[in-house]
Amino acid sequence: MADSLNPATAAAPTLEVRNLQTHFFTRGGVVRAVDDVSFTIGRGKVLGLVGESGSGKTVTGFSIMGLVDAPGRIVGGSILFQGNDLAKLSEEEMRHLRGNRIAMIFQDPMMTLNPVLRIDTQMIETVLAHEKVSEDEARARSRDALGMVGIPSPDERLKSYPHQFSGGMRQRVAIAIALLHRPDLIVADEPTTALDVTIQGQILAEVQKLCATTGTAMLWITHDLSVVAGLADDIAVMYAGRVVEHGDVGEVLDAPLHPYTHGLIGSVPSRNKRGEPLRQIPGMTPSLLNLPEGCSFRARCPRAQADCVVMPELKPWLPGRLARCHHPHLEEVVAA
Amino acid sequence: MSVYLLRRLIQAAGVVLAMSIIVFVGVFAIGDPVEILISPDADQFERERAIIALGLDLPLWQQYLIFLGKAVQGDLGRSFVFNEPALQLILQRMPATLELAFAATFGAILIGLPLGLYAGLKPNSVGSKAIMAGSILGFSLPTFWVGLMLIMVFAVQLGWLPSTGRGETVEILGTRWSFLTWNGLTHLAMPALNLALFKISLVIRLTRAGVRETMLMDYVKFARAKGLSPFRVTFVHVFKNILIPVVTVTGLEFGSTIAFSVVTESIFAWPGMGKLIIDSINVLDRPVIVAYLMIVVLMFITINLVVDLMYSVLDPRVRLDSK
Repeated sequence: MADSLNPATAAAPTLEVRNLQTHFFTRGGVVRAVDDVSFTIGRGKVLGLVGESGSGKTVTGFSIMGLVDAPGRIVGGSILFQGNDLAKLSEEEMRHLRGNRIAMIFQDPMMTLNPVLRIDTQMIETVLAHEKVSEDEARARSRDALGMVGIPSPDERLKSYPHQFSGGMRQRVAIAIALLHRPDLIVADEPTTALDVTIQGQILAEVQKLCATTGTAMLWITHDLSVVAGLADDIAVMYAGRVVEHGDVGEVLDAPLHPYTHGLIGSVPSRNKRGEPLRQIPGMTPSLLNLPEGCSFRARCPRAQADCVVMPELKPWLPGRLARCHHPHLEEVVAA
Repeated sequence: MSVYLLRRLIQAAGVVLAMSIIVFVGVFAIGDPVEILISPDADQFERERAIIALGLDLPLWQQYLIFLGKAVQGDLGRSFVFNEPALQLILQRMPATLELAFAATFGAILIGLPLGLYAGLKPNSVGSKAIMAGSILGFSLPTFWVGLMLIMVFAVQLGWLPSTGRGETVEILGTRWSFLTWNGLTHLAMPALNLALFKISLVIRLTRAGVRETMLMDYVKFARAKGLSPFRVTFVHVFKNILIPVVTVTGLEFGSTIAFSVVTESIFAWPGMGKLIIDSINVLDRPVIVAYLMIVVLMFITINLVVDLMYSVLDPRVRLDSK
């Protein structure tokens, strides 16, 4: 499989998603879960994909993995992985990349490991799925991976069942499985959301270290802006199936261009706002079944004007700063 | 583990004791065997002698205690009719019933699991819909009717299979088995299928429901995200999870298969325990009825224990510690 990848494009970014569209064809109509999503992740970089529940973050992740199940389907755009379009690969070709060059970590560590199989079974099968090595070598690799993610006495722990681990430990096991083949890209779907803060901190630190040392690129899907601030290099903000803002994480969080990003950052409770009522974005996320025409944030947007009935393009307003808005917060950026 | 087993055994003894009282009182309430067993022209003196000989002159509680005392020593009384130990009568016929029940249960698993798996993996295909419709028939058609139809078609019309008896048998370890000869197998086929029909439907439905539920689990998606082949995802990750309910239910069903093979055995004249109990009820042969019911109780308890033990093998989360 690896031979069929085009070597001439080795210099291409690890992942370049262009105008991705993934729709679900339900009885109630077409749900445009992902509608025109674009972003790039360079080698060894971390992109934080942020948005509220139902904004299409997870479906984007599954689209990259080729794990979108019926009635869902990728209907448009391209997913360029080291220059090769994943959306055009056959299921069998995709299977050889999955878990091998592209790995995924799921949100709920309590649910991702099969409860009736031992940890060694679940790790060794992953090694053997992509490489012809002896079982002993696969076991040794699994043990080393467990040690790498900070699981004490990995030899013994290999023989355990998932229920004998805590949530944080299970997520470490899942991360170890993702790392078995030293993938070029890891899709992490809210991997620390279900964990408590101290464990979250430890795992984030380790993931960051691993990315830096192995050159693995990472798509970190989350709704937690503080995680993104500490971990990611770039940020892409999703709203109603579209990327509305994309740029360097520090610049975007300091001075967001899109009113939605602005509202999102304003909604984070913090110490210097003590005593004030918590701020929120007025209104509700629109139903993906019948999105209003034009900008989908229009109904909740304090800056909306008449021209917002036309869908804005995701375009650069400043060097390296893209936003999908007719009236971005430019004045604050200039002031900053 | 041993503490767990010990506790289970004490519980089992309690259940057996309670059942023995219920069975004994229940059978006593059915009717007086004296009217059936002793010829109507016997005089008063002969009657009295027979009643005393059978121990029926004593009050019920005394009869029960005598029964219990002997039962502890492995003597469940003598048949009024055959004048043989009741236990021996039943044990003679047990292999035939066990053979039938095992054949039916294995058949149900061998046919039910693949069909259920297919129906679960491809829920919208025509084949799946046909399987599910068929399983409704398997549930709702009465056993005796299906048995008669099988005889009509395969024995009477087509003449492929014999309709009664066990056929040629081979003796192994002092008991006779039909399934080791071709002739015996042809005799076994129809009654086993008849008895299995309900169970096949049950296994199909359980498997399908299990597959449909398990396929949606995160760990199945994670297994796919690891790049495993669809074969391994289905037959290792999904299969081991659906085995848990299937084993439980077929295990428990195995007990009722043995206990209620009465109908099938009667239709196909299969010389098993079921036929014996029907005959014994007709002549109110109390010791045989009581012994039969006690053996069935013991069998259920044993099967439940075995199912629990298998559970711990299949599902590592079930621990048999005495916590």
